[in-house]
Amino acid sequence: MNDIVLSLLSISGIIMLLAMVLTFVRFMLGPSLIDRVIAFDVLTVGSLGLMGLIALTENRQIYLDVNIIYGLLSFVAVIIVGKYLRKTL
Amino acid sequence: MEYLQITGAVMVLLGAIVLLIAAIGLLRMPDSYLRVQVGTKASTAGVALIMLGLALIMPSWFGKLFIILLFVMMTNPLSSNVLMRAAHRNGHPMSSKTVVDQLAEDEKTT
Repeated sequence: MNDIVLSLLSISGIIMLLAMVLTFVRFMLGPSLIDRVIAFDVLTVGSLGLMGLIALTENRQIYLDVNIIYGLLSFVAVIIVGKYLRKTL
Repeated sequence: MEYLQITGAVMVLLGAIVLLIAAIGLLRMPDSYLRVQVGTKASTAGVALIMLGLALIMPSWFGKLFIILLFVMMTNPLSSNVLMRAAHRNGHPMSSKTVVDQLAEDEKTT
């Protein structure tokens, strides 16, 4: 990887960190439970992208396996909250 | 080869900007329904762009990156649909500017 690719990747990492900080603000001050769950979903999806970027810069493929399991767990968490709100669990 | 890597890096940058737009939309929207619409669509598009860009930079990782991309594009709309349908059934309040609620009309007729 040359310098242009590395600088573009670091700029995009900083932008993704800023996006996750803004989402965390919504997670802290969301008025209801639904807003917090939405912010949690966006946080996990953003951290999927960030973990893929870290796997590329560290050059370790094992982080992608962690990424797959993390996405699966976030999906199951949101589905369980939805089923709990419908009181049919 | 080098142009392919630069194209991938630009795609990762575009995906990061789309994620930033999703976060700003989450902060600015007045209502939970509008928030889930902004958050789900924009974050799915952002992760898709990031994974495709990473696959262009490192082509030997294409399999796992494509699995993550396919998984996110299958599960993210499904989970937000389940969550907001449960919230609508519980009578979660809408914004005062909402003019039409087609899900309530459908449930009334059937």
